[in-house]
Amino acid sequence: MTAAERPRCKALTARGERCRNPAGPGGLCAVHRRRLEAAAGDAPRPSPDGGGRDAGAAADLGRLAPFLGWAEEALEFLRRRLLGEYAVDEFGHDPDLVEHVLAPLLRPLYQRWWRVEVRGLENVPDEGPALVVANHAGTLPFDAMMVTLALLDEHPAHRSLRILAADLAFTLPVVAPLARKSGNTLACAEDAKRLLEAGELVGVFPEGYKGLGKPFRERYRLQRFGRGGFVEVALRTGAPIVPVAVVGSEEIYPMVANLRRVARLLGLPYFPVTPTFPLLGPLGAIPLPSKWVIEFCPPIPTAQYGGEAVLDPMVVFDLTDQVRDTIQQAVHRNLLTRPGVFA
Amino acid sequence: MGRRILVTGAARSTGRRLVHALAEEPEVAAVVAVDDREPSEPFPAKVEFLGVDLRSPALVRAAQSAGIDTCVHLGAGSEPLAAGGRATMKERNVLGTMQLLAAAYHAPDLRRLVLKSTTAVYGAAPGDPAVWTETMPHETPRHGFGKDAIQVEDYVRSFDRRRPDVTVTVLRLANQVGPTVDNPLTRYFELPVCPTVFGFDPRLQFLHEQDTVRAMLQATVGAPVHGTFNIAGDGVVLLSQAIRIAGKAPLPIPEPLVGSVAELLRRTVDFSPEQVRFLQYGRVADTTAACEQLGFAPKWSSRQAFEDFATRLRKLVTGEQVTRVEQEALASLRRAARRVGGVTGPGGRS
Repeated sequence: MTAAERPRCKALTARGERCRNPAGPGGLCAVHRRRLEAAAGDAPRPSPDGGGRDAGAAADLGRLAPFLGWAEEALEFLRRRLLGEYAVDEFGHDPDLVEHVLAPLLRPLYQRWWRVEVRGLENVPDEGPALVVANHAGTLPFDAMMVTLALLDEHPAHRSLRILAADLAFTLPVVAPLARKSGNTLACAEDAKRLLEAGELVGVFPEGYKGLGKPFRERYRLQRFGRGGFVEVALRTGAPIVPVAVVGSEEIYPMVANLRRVARLLGLPYFPVTPTFPLLGPLGAIPLPSKWVIEFCPPIPTAQYGGEAVLDPMVVFDLTDQVRDTIQQAVHRNLLTRPGVFA
Repeated sequence: MGRRILVTGAARSTGRRLVHALAEEPEVAAVVAVDDREPSEPFPAKVEFLGVDLRSPALVRAAQSAGIDTCVHLGAGSEPLAAGGRATMKERNVLGTMQLLAAAYHAPDLRRLVLKSTTAVYGAAPGDPAVWTETMPHETPRHGFGKDAIQVEDYVRSFDRRRPDVTVTVLRLANQVGPTVDNPLTRYFELPVCPTVFGFDPRLQFLHEQDTVRAMLQATVGAPVHGTFNIAGDGVVLLSQAIRIAGKAPLPIPEPLVGSVAELLRRTVDFSPEQVRFLQYGRVADTTAACEQLGFAPKWSSRQAFEDFATRLRKLVTGEQVTRVEQEALASLRRAARRVGGVTGPGGRS
């Protein structure tokens, strides 16, 4: 089951936003159902020491009520995890974990640290397939996480971006399951096609390691866009391509050198040296607080070419260039209007 | 004239269930049940048990003389220890199949061949597509069961070319679970703590034992459908989820030590190296073709199948315990909050 078709809780949270917990019977999540029952005055669940009465009194807790609500949600989450009571889709996407752990961990980075500004969200469809193509930079793929969070938090349909990730992500312990649980899958034509056919929003970073691990002096200069594999997938499925320009990711780890030998020894695509890393050790791994702008550009339709166009290399090259140019121009435009690197 | 069906591996659990189910079908006139071990319980009246090895001449005579129109081959066995070592297992799996197919080639009345294969033919690797369809090119597993299963499939395909008048159906089954299933994977979940590869949480698919028999039955007595089909319960279950559903605790083992731990557990679990890889990288197969062409839809989802299997397990952690702890924690939080907040005790609500 995909996240999109899973029913959500109907209630509003304390902050007045739509609750994103999975809905149970009655269209409410467990937390809000219990609150509603408590408000109605009947005991919600039999419990050995009168927990039902306690729940009824929750409304009297004044300032502590939000904290209690949070604790309730956290305990509920822990119980689900301990009993395995959550669902993942066939790619391993785990919306429960994303909503309650991964997204809350990234939100401070998004809101406070990088002060991400999002433009052009209306260019991402509310439903149905689309291929989101973005530039890639910053040594570690924080740009991918920020684009995902922008779509999850700020897009009206709260869409989950399903990123096609490099195979390295699926061989590293700890990283591998997190990559799948956060909705990513391996960058291969089969997975991309399957996701688009299921109506998902698929994200690609065609520059790959060439973009991610490029030196600081080449910042905001887009690298080669692979061999246009992403265009072929879009043509095959007729999904529109939404070019995305990310500004700010280049400055989080300014890479001044690349220790190729060390990288080869560790089996990594590059080993970065930044002004602070590895000089300051783990402290050097703290990213710089640059100001970010993420712009979603108008979609480029591909359906009019028909699936046969995949066989025509000119169509593929032209579309690849068109997407790359759109992103490069948007990057330059947003660099000029950005108030300052760390403003 | 009714159908006459030969079933190999008939004394194994799946074979036994299939033979019983076939015997209940009105259109089936006779079943020849072949296995080299004695069945634990007697077969119904329609069934003739043939206690021979697949490699024996008696099988050739049986296949050719009895007017057999369908041959159901239960394929490669997955347990080297039970088979008496890896070499014997390979011998039985691969040579047994060759002999059976050689006999079937000359069976004049044969119209249908059903092979029980496994999704293990896809292997398990980090660079695999997330969901396998039957036609995707896949690496050949280099070890054990998966390799045997591929070779068995290869021989069946070559048989398919030489006998175009025979409808060949290959079913690639996902890992089977259920109340009575006993295989390396079910024994793994019976361990008090389940060793996992540290930092990995593979996606698994399960097939309920009843669905196994339903799928085999569909391919054997349903409308003849030529082709290869993945058979699995809907949805996926993560290994961590499965361990929780089983009420067990995971024991993460760093990757370099995994081989030695698997070796230690060989006696009880009978794991082969590619099953260890399966528990590291997982595997998911697409079942659309089975649904659309074969007309088979499983009754149990992967999760339901596993839950049904888990009811027989001794649980370290039960749902009631966790729910009770959760409620107690909540209740004490509320009490503490009330004390700090300076609000009146329980019942203060007017």
